[in-house]
Amino acid sequence: MAVATNNDALLEVRNLKKYFPVTKGLILMKTIGYVQAVDGISFSIKQGETVGLVGESGCGKTTTSKLLLRLENPTEGDILLEGRDINTFRGAELQDYRTTVQAVFQDPWSSLSPRMRVRDIVSEPLVVNRNVTTQEKNERVAEVLQQVGLHAQQATNYPHEFSGGQRQRIAVASALVSYPKLIVLDEPVSALDVSIRAQVMNLLKDLQEQYNVSYLLIAHNLATVRYMAHETAVMYLGQIVEYAETEELYNNALHPYTRALFSAALPSHPDLIREDIVLQGEVPSPINPPSGCRFHPRCPFAMPQCSEEAPVEKEVSPGHRVSCHLY
Amino acid sequence: MTAVQTATDTILEVNDLKTYIFTRAATVKAVDGISFNLRKGETLGIVGESGCGKTMTALSLLRLVPKPAGRIVEGEIVLNGEDILQKSEDEMRDVRGRQISMILQDPQTSLNPVFTIGNQLREALGIAHRENKSSMLSRAVDALRKVNVAAPERRLDDYPHQMSGGMKQRVVGAIAMSCEPGVIIADEPTTALDVTIQLQYLRLLKEIQAETGLAIIFITHDFGVVARMCDRVAVMYAGRIIEQGDVRDIFSRPAHPYTQALINSVPKLEQSVDRLYSIDGQPPLLSNLPEGCRFAPRCPYVSDQCYEAYPQSYTLNEGHYADCWALDADWQGTPIEEFVPPTGTAG
Ligand SMILES: Nc1ncnc2c1ncn2[C@@H]1O[C@H](COP(=O)(O)OP(=O)(O)OP(=O)(O)O)[C@@H](O)[C@H]1O
Ligand SMILES: Nc1ncnc2c1ncn2[C@@H]1O[C@H](COP(=O)(O)OP(=O)(O)O)[C@@H](O)[C@H]1O
Ligand code: SF4
Ligand code: SF4
Ligand SMILES: [Mg+2]
Ligand SMILES: [Mg+2]
Repeated sequence: MAVATNNDALLEVRNLKKYFPVTKGLILMKTIGYVQAVDGISFSIKQGETVGLVGESGCGKTTTSKLLLRLENPTEGDILLEGRDINTFRGAELQDYRTTVQAVFQDPWSSLSPRMRVRDIVSEPLVVNRNVTTQEKNERVAEVLQQVGLHAQQATNYPHEFSGGQRQRIAVASALVSYPKLIVLDEPVSALDVSIRAQVMNLLKDLQEQYNVSYLLIAHNLATVRYMAHETAVMYLGQIVEYAETEELYNNALHPYTRALFSAALPSHPDLIREDIVLQGEVPSPINPPSGCRFHPRCPFAMPQCSEEAPVEKEVSPGHRVSCHLY
Repeated sequence: MTAVQTATDTILEVNDLKTYIFTRAATVKAVDGISFNLRKGETLGIVGESGCGKTMTALSLLRLVPKPAGRIVEGEIVLNGEDILQKSEDEMRDVRGRQISMILQDPQTSLNPVFTIGNQLREALGIAHRENKSSMLSRAVDALRKVNVAAPERRLDDYPHQMSGGMKQRVVGAIAMSCEPGVIIADEPTTALDVTIQLQYLRLLKEIQAETGLAIIFITHDFGVVARMCDRVAVMYAGRIIEQGDVRDIFSRPAHPYTQALINSVPKLEQSVDRLYSIDGQPPLLSNLPEGCRFAPRCPYVSDQCYEAYPQSYTLNEGHYADCWALDADWQGTPIEEFVPPTGTAG
């Protein structure tokens, strides 16, 4: 398959879809519909940069990250790593991909196996894929532990001997050990204490600067995304409704859903409470998403055409894309 | 409703409260001499790192400190003019729910998965009202309606797992508010919720407060919740309140180095920040507290004086106090740097 790619993109996602079948009956399972968890999204991540993914629960963020990690296969669309379609990878190539793309998840309490020593947790991505000697392994573990601000001697300890912030550092160390090019961060700081969040965020930024690693950052907290991400995608019911450089998006949000999300975000000072748009209700089911613009039942600006025609994505200024009939 | 607030509006007064936990190895001074007032209709935020004693403070106010290890060893908790520490366990049962009640840290686990919502609501109502079945049913429906649960009659037969996170949260709120207490303690009720659902919930609490004059104590890690919800803030560190004041004073002119560090460690929605301040180290063990200022090992302004004695409390403004030697006129150490509050345009 010949594919033209965006030059400086490390990873490119094109028209990606993931539909999960909804079944009925226990023995003769009949498919009665599909959950359109991800429905035609496109974006790219540059080397050494972070793309933030925001949106309410159920809008498809985790499914997107699973597709990138190849824990799920797409229904349609391509994911290209340095121009090569990852869904064609088999055998050694696939193993290589799994070391190139790593993940850090939300909960530092459940994501680390309690019976394994830190050394074995951290080195897992190394030994799974390569023939490394014990000495090489131990040296690399010592190195990454120091990079994340832990002591090399702590390699022999168990996870329960660490605080929440330290456990998240162990998870980051494990994600770093195989020299990845991309790390998927799914709510990496939300389970941590306030005072430790800044440590972990600063650590992730420092590591990015030093090793030029890229991140896909999934987070509820919009302030966290502003601090970490170079570009930000706003998802609603499986689709990206707005995409822009982070500073552009935070200064000039256009899509009513983006504006509603910003309105709902908590202020950093009591004099900065906004709440101009207050969203009612919750995200509707992605099994039968609303017609036309999927946001129309909750949109304060909805017009008659919004329930009939799906808006087409438009580039309103270089790099700033929005899907809404208002633009 | 424009109530003039005077000292007689005070609904809760806590004086020098100490709650210790006696384990075999050591005494954990979870709450070590805290004082604050709460007025009718007021919202007080309590913020601080994990383990600093926030939940123990809340449990003390309900007299639900885990027994037998935990014990309130000193102080007064004056609720509606009476010191509840002088009450019997029987009398306390009438206080809980009716005068003061609590919304737990995790709405997912605070509902019992094996009982229906209606069952749990009726139980909450029944304990305090001792009414007959049919009137309890209609009160349960009312309680759900008050927290904006749609079609409440049909929801009564639902089990918790059949509800979304936001809905469960409102049910927990309904249970806590079912007996119309004057004070509600919300212990981190909004973590893990979507910003949109969280805001709906916070606005609902504000509405109920405006209608009923409820006083709320918000226990949280999230300064955004404090900025959105609170009139006053108490910052806890290692079992003590190290600073308290009006919410605007705390956000614009925090006086204690710990408060300043905390506020500077949070990313801002309204402005881009080059680098967040990060507080190194960890808080001291509450079973082995240092002599002087408990923040000294992590404080950028520390001087010898700080290790010698616990700092005095200094008044900065009406109702704004902080415990730090650097606020003393005779302070010899590094002056506390000018704090730069977040800027941006509202609206
Ligand atoms: N049953 C117990 N036995 C011994 N120590 C306890 C017990 N319960 C709590 N503690 C200790 O009391 C101190 C205060 O705990 P508390 O639950 O009040 O913290 P918190 O401020 O609510 O923290 P978080 O923000 O994590 O909820 C902690 O040091 C904790 O370890
Ligand atoms: N394995 C699955 N089978 C069926 N539906 C799924 C599966 N995984 C996710 N979904 C559905 O897809 C939608 C998107 O989910 P998810 O990607 O987890 O959202 P987010 O991470 O943004 O909260 C949700 O409606 C969810 O219920
Ligand atoms: S297309 Fe219409 S309904 Fe959708 S966001 Fe724009 S204005 Fe609202
Ligand atoms: S008393 Fe000293 S150590 Fe404590 S906060 Fe003030 S300056 Fe820092
Ligand atoms: Mg998710
Ligand atoms: Mg607590």
